[in-house]
Amino acid sequence: MPCMTENYDVCVVGAGHAGCEAALACARLGLNTIVFTVSIESIALMPCNPNIGGSSKGHLVREIDALGGQMGINIDKTFIQSKMLNISKGPAVHSLRAQADKAEYSKEMRRTLENTDHLTVRQAEVTDLIVEDGIILGVKTFSGASYHSKAVILCTGTYLKARCLYGDVINYTGPNGLQPANHLSQSLKDNSVEIFRFKTGTPARIDSRSIDFSKMQEQKGDQRVVPFSFTTDPEEVQIDQASCWLTYTNENTHNIIRDNLDRSPLYSGMIEGTGPRYCPSIEDKVVKFADKERHQVFIEPEGLDTNEMYVGGMSSSLPEDVQYQMYHTVPGLEEAKIVRNAYAIEYDCINPRQLYPTLEFKNIKGLFSGGQFNGSSGYEEAAAQGLVAGINAAMYVLGREPLVLDRSESYIGVLIDDLVTKENNEPYRMMTSRAEYRLLLRQDNADLRLSKKGYEIGLISQERYRWVEEKEKLITQEIERIEHVSIGANAVVQKLLEQHGSAPLKTGTTLAELIRRPELCYEDLAEIDPEREKLAPEVIEQVNINVKYDGYIKRQLKQVKEFKKLENKKLPEDFDYDQINSLRIEAKQKLNQYQPVNVGQASRISGVSPADISVLLIYLEQRNRSQK
Amino acid sequence: MKGDTIAAIATAMTNSGIGIVRISGEESFAVIDRIYRSKNGKKTLSKMPANTLHYGYILDGDQVIDEVIVLLMKAPGSYTAEDTVEIDCHGGTLVMKRILETVIKYGARPAEPGEFTKRAFLNGRIDLSQAESVMDLINAKNNFALDSSINHLQGRMKDAVKKMRKEIIHEIAFIESALDDPENISIEGYENKLNKIIMNISSQIETILQRSENGELLKEGINTVIVGKPNAGKSSLMNVLVGKERSIVTDIEGTTRDAVEEQINLDGITLNIVDTAGIRDTKDLVEKLGVDRTKKYLSNADLIIYIADSSRKLNENDEDILRYLTDRKAIVLLNKCDLEQKITEEDMKKKLTEKNLSSPVVSISVKEHIGIEQLQKIIKNMFFSGELIFNDEIFISNVRQKASLQSALKSLHLVQHSIENQMPEDFYSIDLMSAYEELGNITGETVGEDLVNEIFSKFCMGK
Repeated sequence: MPCMTENYDVCVVGAGHAGCEAALACARLGLNTIVFTVSIESIALMPCNPNIGGSSKGHLVREIDALGGQMGINIDKTFIQSKMLNISKGPAVHSLRAQADKAEYSKEMRRTLENTDHLTVRQAEVTDLIVEDGIILGVKTFSGASYHSKAVILCTGTYLKARCLYGDVINYTGPNGLQPANHLSQSLKDNSVEIFRFKTGTPARIDSRSIDFSKMQEQKGDQRVVPFSFTTDPEEVQIDQASCWLTYTNENTHNIIRDNLDRSPLYSGMIEGTGPRYCPSIEDKVVKFADKERHQVFIEPEGLDTNEMYVGGMSSSLPEDVQYQMYHTVPGLEEAKIVRNAYAIEYDCINPRQLYPTLEFKNIKGLFSGGQFNGSSGYEEAAAQGLVAGINAAMYVLGREPLVLDRSESYIGVLIDDLVTKENNEPYRMMTSRAEYRLLLRQDNADLRLSKKGYEIGLISQERYRWVEEKEKLITQEIERIEHVSIGANAVVQKLLEQHGSAPLKTGTTLAELIRRPELCYEDLAEIDPEREKLAPEVIEQVNINVKYDGYIKRQLKQVKEFKKLENKKLPEDFDYDQINSLRIEAKQKLNQYQPVNVGQASRISGVSPADISVLLIYLEQRNRSQK
Repeated sequence: MKGDTIAAIATAMTNSGIGIVRISGEESFAVIDRIYRSKNGKKTLSKMPANTLHYGYILDGDQVIDEVIVLLMKAPGSYTAEDTVEIDCHGGTLVMKRILETVIKYGARPAEPGEFTKRAFLNGRIDLSQAESVMDLINAKNNFALDSSINHLQGRMKDAVKKMRKEIIHEIAFIESALDDPENISIEGYENKLNKIIMNISSQIETILQRSENGELLKEGINTVIVGKPNAGKSSLMNVLVGKERSIVTDIEGTTRDAVEEQINLDGITLNIVDTAGIRDTKDLVEKLGVDRTKKYLSNADLIIYIADSSRKLNENDEDILRYLTDRKAIVLLNKCDLEQKITEEDMKKKLTEKNLSSPVVSISVKEHIGIEQLQKIIKNMFFSGELIFNDEIFISNVRQKASLQSALKSLHLVQHSIENQMPEDFYSIDLMSAYEELGNITGETVGEDLVNEIFSKFCMGK
């Protein structure tokens, strides 16, 4: 039977948050790209919570934007509420979070894909990888059609052999009742890819007309909204915002859950997959934190043109009748009508330790992957990996240097390094505590950290990059200036200090020293700093942060210097560590299995001791010298 | 890794001759400037030419520690090819240790086992052909150091450090979960609570540091094992040496079923004395376990005191023990010399010669206190002549562990500093984490996923 054959530079499998970034990056770099989705309507679908951003995830979105990705721009166009979280805390943990209009978010992304040159969108289920001699040659779809390409990027999300469960009901579908992808897992196994089975879940959606909002607390967005994208004009995001609502579970809710635990597939043993600890179902919360009298429940709109409301905090896989009973115990939800049931979803994903930090498979050249397929969770984590996988597939096709971000320059680097290096048995979520240099990796300086890379790759315009360079220059100059502006203990100064509740000066000081006082900032001191030139608010923000937290930042920079030493020591590819006798057995096994790219990565593998690292350093030196 | 300047004692830890404390790395000269004073008090060593010797004193603040000669070597003209300072001091173990501790207090960090050699190799000072042996040395030394420091960590110290770590990680997890899920977990007014917890932990660390001055952190000293067949008088000897009733002494063979440990001080020399279960072929399980442990102690001992019952003939159990004395420092005692002797000193010496052993033989009677002083004198002579070297790794581990405690304390002070300066909460966890890591060095525990695990197990968060 004759079958279709087409040729592309890059095939992207899946058009979720990872697939969209991957496809856009490749197409924008001029590569002929095709992106497959089981349903055109599910492009950039948000099957769980209706938000983008949040703690540490907001950082990821900013970084995606600085590298030339789409997520930040897309949410700026489709958000309906926005908040900067942790505003009372340090700048490193400020994080943007926006409520999205889900339908608009999806539509806007689809529009972007459809209007991007070199990009073809195709509805089809990819069933097979075409691999020869360890090199990817393309994919096959369910119809038997072949798509030949130089690189393939797998972004299959939660669709692989997916099944959705609540009570004893099992639907063999992907999220939201969408068609699953049942064949690709076998093809992966045939190509010696190790598969994990993970699980996650989502709460019910409720008809807003059945909710009594008067029993809940209203949660409004920020007065002044900050956009995600560095390219968005801040004036454009000052919109009328929708509200979210806060209510609580109570003892009644918990009793109903306890009484019906045996009917939950999580507890009856029907669910085999490993679920995330940070996103527990309400039954998990009640069991594990039995002493908590109540749990928060956030009622969030799914969009402006729908009555569906997301019940944040109450994901579940309990049977339908129990879901009704338990939601009805929550103040404001007594009469709630469910539009969609809560469910748990199980799916196949890979052991990401099979990937290089470029997100290319170690055993199949030209095959890349990103997103939940790699064992992560969350839209932002997916998009970040999709972008990196896309960029690196393009670099591979173009024969250029790959993009590897390290832990000291970005959250994306932390995310990918954790995935490809550390043992992880649950869907991985980003957290600020995972970033050891988080004082340097702020959401406010993502452009300063990453625009250069985005520009060199070709995803950031020259004009945009010039402004970042200019901004950097202005910041450095201004810091330099205020470190040297002397302030005397005169009457004007003392009066100003008094106004701001700050202790009077005993001797002269500098402007920078005054900014370091917790109660003062750069803007407060304009009056005693007549030579000040007018600077953009984003420049002033950087001056404030860098001066105020100078001591801490310097300490982290010193740590980064140490970190880079090991990171810059490259290890040979496909190396047999049994050759190095002095390594301990456990270290040999782990190093053989993981094949780390540099000594720094090796040092983060559990089971490799500092002494083993010293041995590796000696070995590398020996090798270098004998090659000379 | 913090600080790039390392220090260690470069000579054997004996009480004889001179000792050398070596410092290597960028800050070597800065460190020596902080602790050195010349005779007229005017010399600054960092301004002196390379390869010169300088007479003077090492000081900790105003307190003179020792009279020394300092050798300066500038990169790359040293063993490690880095700036290096060698302090030649008096050879006493206590003096060397004080100097090393002072060097660390003023900016160096204790070298990892094998680190000088590692640097020498990486900086091209050691021939390529020796790479294999350098690698072997590093892992062997590290394993040894880790084993000895953890095995010698006093039980209650270990428990105390573990408890502190648990408290610290719990607080970090609380801060982090509040940052991660600010709408769910509130951190208002937390700094006062944290400040109290830190003060409490800091004072515990200070107490441990004070105790460590008396060697209470790790069991320093010469590991001495008393061995003999059952009822030869091992426990009685131990009691006489320690000066109190410690082991249960009976006339029944096999009373000491497990090892009993004591620390004694012989004119400034610390001995960790282990009284072991008698070695004999036994079928009693409990006793057998005791015998197995005895054999383990024997293999780790710096000094073996073999006590034979001279009123009985030697049997296969004695033969068995004698086999363990090969290539070891040992003293042979013929106990019960007040009774009718079945073996004389001459018999024993002959026996030793046959087996190629040259240990001194002393006739004693523990019961009548005959020969005890002579035994003590022999031990002291062995030590001061340098014949007896004790496990210096433990000595060094103690310095490392103290340095870790001090760093942990410093990190906790930085947290308090952040609180005083009204820094936001996320700044606290940076230094709390450092304290946690430092304390982990003492118990041999790495950080891994501790924090994430603590967050998820103790705090309910997420959608």
